[in-house]
Amino acid sequence: MSTTSITRRPTRVSRSAQPGARRAAGRPRGAWSRRAPLLPALVFMIVVTQLPFVGTLVISFMRWNALDPGNRGFGGLTNYTAAFEDPALRSSIETTVLLTAAVVLVSLLLGLVLALLLDRRFRGRGIVRTMLITPFLVVPAASALLWKHAIYNASYGLLNGTLTWLWSLFGSAHAPQPDWLSTTPLLAVEASLIWQWTPFMMLILLAGLQSRPTDVVEAARVDGASTWQVFRYLTFPHLRRYLELASLLGSIYVVQNFDAVFTLTSGGLGTANLPYTVYQTFYQGHDYGQASAEGVLVVICTILLATFALRTVSSLFREES
Amino acid sequence: MTTAAMTTPASARRNSALLGLAAWLCGVLFFLPFAWMVLTSLHSESAAATNPPSLGAGLTLQGYREFFGAGTGVSPWPPLINSLTASVASTLLVLLLAVPAAYALSIRPVRKWTDVMFFFLSTKMLPAVAGLLPIYLIAQNAGLLDNIWLLIILYTSMNLPIAVWMMRSFLAEVPKEILEAASIDGAGLATVLVRIVAPVAMPGIAATALISFIFSWNELLFARVLTGVVAGTAPVFLTGFVTSQGLFLAKVCAAAVCISVPVLVAGFAAQDKLVQGLSLGAVK
Repeated sequence: MSTTSITRRPTRVSRSAQPGARRAAGRPRGAWSRRAPLLPALVFMIVVTQLPFVGTLVISFMRWNALDPGNRGFGGLTNYTAAFEDPALRSSIETTVLLTAAVVLVSLLLGLVLALLLDRRFRGRGIVRTMLITPFLVVPAASALLWKHAIYNASYGLLNGTLTWLWSLFGSAHAPQPDWLSTTPLLAVEASLIWQWTPFMMLILLAGLQSRPTDVVEAARVDGASTWQVFRYLTFPHLRRYLELASLLGSIYVVQNFDAVFTLTSGGLGTANLPYTVYQTFYQGHDYGQASAEGVLVVICTILLATFALRTVSSLFREES
Repeated sequence: MTTAAMTTPASARRNSALLGLAAWLCGVLFFLPFAWMVLTSLHSESAAATNPPSLGAGLTLQGYREFFGAGTGVSPWPPLINSLTASVASTLLVLLLAVPAAYALSIRPVRKWTDVMFFFLSTKMLPAVAGLLPIYLIAQNAGLLDNIWLLIILYTSMNLPIAVWMMRSFLAEVPKEILEAASIDGAGLATVLVRIVAPVAMPGIAATALISFIFSWNELLFARVLTGVVAGTAPVFLTGFVTSQGLFLAKVCAAAVCISVPVLVAGFAAQDKLVQGLSLGAVK
């Protein structure tokens, strides 16, 4: 349902597509033999991802609470009005926007710095690259537990332990020992996600840097361009599409984040984002109708984002073909 | 980026060394939390929970022994095997569906193949949580709750769009001229697939499989809602590992390390193709 509006956009692309596509037209028998290998995957995706969403849409207009099974029926827009009037949902929309924007922007910036540092020859570059990728390869649930217990813990976490050690160097026994997860909960969730997503951004931007035509850079150097000028007028314009791609793909993954919020704070202290709130309404509140309405709202928010994402991907895609 | 040509060689060399040092520093800083996790997992519980941290404390495998059930008798193997089953089976299913689909989108493309590509991609943007409830209700009625097959199907749908995009970008690298020459020479479909397509596509298939495996292994939301004691996966087991009483830091770190090992291995194996996969084939 949601996807039809998205998929309509790139039809323009297909006309200018590969010559192979033109050859496919016309012959009905040949067309079906071409389609056959595609069909299983297509049917599978429609059944497993589109039909459930239609179900969500239907249930979102129903009165349906699992704890009150007798009172089930058509509820009109009540779930939506309830969802909009619910301050918890409004704050979770706000949290989602803040969390996604902060994580994507900071990790994009850090990723850019790291990519620029790695796009040079130096001793041990392979080792540094491997070390930088590692955070992305820790199971997200494990990473969230690591941050919660081994790093943020107020009495024996690494952060406060380091503070104690630093203060003791100066002979003080009274190092500040903040309880990170309760004083700065959202920041704590963001930091752990930034740690995880910076390598992703770095990898994409590094690939972008390495695909930069070197002869133009060399020519600019010979003409006396400074490092900053080369970056500003050559590297950055070339990187722009990679920056867009990295931030949009990152947003799609981070908007849907559940593991970090669930594990680090259990959605408490204003850190509940939309996926967590839907999970909570459904899993703990058992209000199926309202959970579905919230789910539909999540999808509407994502479509806005996804439209931009698809446009970016399709521009890269067009260039390739 | 090397330093500008305007600067003198000596200062250029110094700048270059400084930038190299900065790169190392960043690398170490990002690696630090992971290193801390591994170190803590090798400490005793009492040495793990000190303030300031006891870096030089004696190393022990006690945390790992506890993870494998030494203290409680709870074995981690059922959830680990569930994770392995769900990840491997869904990855095989993904390849089975994605490779022919990618063939029909690149080598012998259907009409409007870009529309199909964008349909696959748009399903990836539909948040998983939006379809969760109907899936839960259907599974409940069909008696599929806490069944590993349900996860296998859902993980397949989660990774299939990524795999189709990746495989298409790999198959697009098969030279068209050779394919045409082969069909003029009368080579059958099987010959073309085995002799020409497979050698080019093999590294791509391997990378696709590894990335699909990683995403399935990491998944928490579906596993948490749709499984229980029987089909619970490793990440669910891990989140249930934290106890409210006593010290558990070393034990939890050991568990986190053990559960991350398959992903680390798969990730480093796919390192070169990781970007291409994560960017859905848009970046090479």
